[in-house]
Amino acid sequence: MSILALLEAKGVKAYYSVRRGYVQAVDNVDLVINKGTTLGLAGESGCGKSTLVNTLMMNVKPPLHLIEGTIILDSKVISDMGMSILKKNIWGVIVSLVPQSALNALMPTKSIEGFVRDVIGHHMSVSDSEIMSMAKKRFEELNLPVEALSMYPHELSGGMKQRSVIAISTLLNPKLLIVDEPTSALDVSTQKQVLRMLIDLRKTGITESMVFVTHDIAVLKQIADRITIMYAGKIVESAPTDNMLYDPKHPYTYSLINAVVTPEPEVRKRGLTSIPGEPPNLLDPPKGCRFHPRCLKAMDICKSIEPNLLERWGNHLVACHLFPSNS
Amino acid sequence: MLLEVRDLKKVFHVGLFKRKEILAVDKVSFNADSGKFLSLVGESGSGKTTTAKMILRLLPPTSGSVIFKGRDVWSCKKIDELRWYWKQVHAIFQDPYASYNPLHKIDRILYQVFDLMEHSGSDKEKMVKEALREVGLRPEEVLGKYPHELSGGQRQRIMVARCYLLEPKLILADEPISMIDASTRASVLKLFSMLREEHDTSVIFITHDLGLAYYVSDEILIMYKGLIVEKGSPDEVLDHPKDSYTKRLTEDIPLLYRKWTGF
Repeated sequence: MSILALLEAKGVKAYYSVRRGYVQAVDNVDLVINKGTTLGLAGESGCGKSTLVNTLMMNVKPPLHLIEGTIILDSKVISDMGMSILKKNIWGVIVSLVPQSALNALMPTKSIEGFVRDVIGHHMSVSDSEIMSMAKKRFEELNLPVEALSMYPHELSGGMKQRSVIAISTLLNPKLLIVDEPTSALDVSTQKQVLRMLIDLRKTGITESMVFVTHDIAVLKQIADRITIMYAGKIVESAPTDNMLYDPKHPYTYSLINAVVTPEPEVRKRGLTSIPGEPPNLLDPPKGCRFHPRCLKAMDICKSIEPNLLERWGNHLVACHLFPSNS
Repeated sequence: MLLEVRDLKKVFHVGLFKRKEILAVDKVSFNADSGKFLSLVGESGSGKTTTAKMILRLLPPTSGSVIFKGRDVWSCKKIDELRWYWKQVHAIFQDPYASYNPLHKIDRILYQVFDLMEHSGSDKEKMVKEALREVGLRPEEVLGKYPHELSGGQRQRIMVARCYLLEPKLILADEPISMIDASTRASVLKLFSMLREEHDTSVIFITHDLGLAYYVSDEILIMYKGLIVEKGSPDEVLDHPKDSYTKRLTEDIPLLYRKWTGF
């Protein structure tokens, strides 16, 4: 494992077991998250991005199973740790996840203080006043109104709720923060506030690295150092943000980026592309490259042999037969 | 002029004992020419959908008028006059589920178009299939199904396919691509452009997505708290916003090729 890496996942297969077999939601994924970086994980609905981030922190509960693979976080192999050790020593302490449904998952009869007590009380034996002063200090540090602590979820706006949830998730300074679609339900001005707070979390050193899951690539331009694109349970391309936006290599990534509409002259000039067909059923994904039935550049080899994710132009990785390793 | 909206106003009354008035739409006036794409942009609660409903004759305005091809649509009462209007004006709604009767197969909503058009040929099935293919659907996957068996995106695209059959003069499209995956959006937008080229169709996009508005429209109207606060060509609105709300909106939208300052 490189000394730069905070998290390294190797050959990860995470499948959902259903009556008719296995849904191959994450299949043979290799991923590295470096210290001091924000990784943007993007893809369309159902591509396995939420399943992947849950697997990265070993939040794997039936029907989801880790079939194969190793996950090393902060030099510890977490893929063979038991639930009780994960809960006590890993989750909330080294890695925190803000799930997609966090906004609506808050218990309505519990104040924000209540959630703070739950989180800290689980990991440390400190007095209630110490817990509260920790929380107040953190809220001030992140420019959140301290009054929000004594409020109930329904009294807070969507943006305030989301920012409070993130502040609580990072109270114990986890090295890695994973946020899953944190701004998808918010309007653009509130979205910007949440993104600014995430930037601050890294600038102040509260968290070292971040994984930002979204379907909105324009948001990743603002916040991510690197973008990883998933399609049908696999990583198809991974590159530094600007390389990905200006020079996408994989035909799927190319179409995905060219389907984004933002109010910019470049976008109007380049037009929009569409991809024919629908994503495959992951119970029985296509042989070879999973994208080949929809790919306009598919060759014979794509139908039978699966392309590996290879390091090409420096740290630009792509899984596509159009770019064989020896060219 | 195809459509003239004059001083439209809508007041909602809420509360049973303590009557409260909510001014949802006020002083809304604009024109839509044939073959022009217009966008009504605003956040939720800005009154954009209420405006669309008043144009569609679904919600009576408190005051003001909607004039289509020189006729005040709210004074159309006879069935012939209404059919004249329905034939030429088509809506695509935000929540496509509400457009369907859950007890009927989706075929019905497509074949109803032929009654409205008074079309009685034997080529109906062929036309329906062609329309579905135009919006990127496979006819064999959607025909014969009930609305709940389809995804939101598929339901939305069937409403667009209906436009293709009806060839209306004016389409009111309320968040027409919100439920459609990024990869199939282009095909829906292309269909609108094709209708414009072949039939001089106008489209009014009702959306919160300034990116979409900038990409497709000839004119953008920004709505805020029931009022139109800014009006202009996409470049004018984006590059030189005059209103403070528009300024904030244009600054806060994440862009693909420009990074925010301080990020």
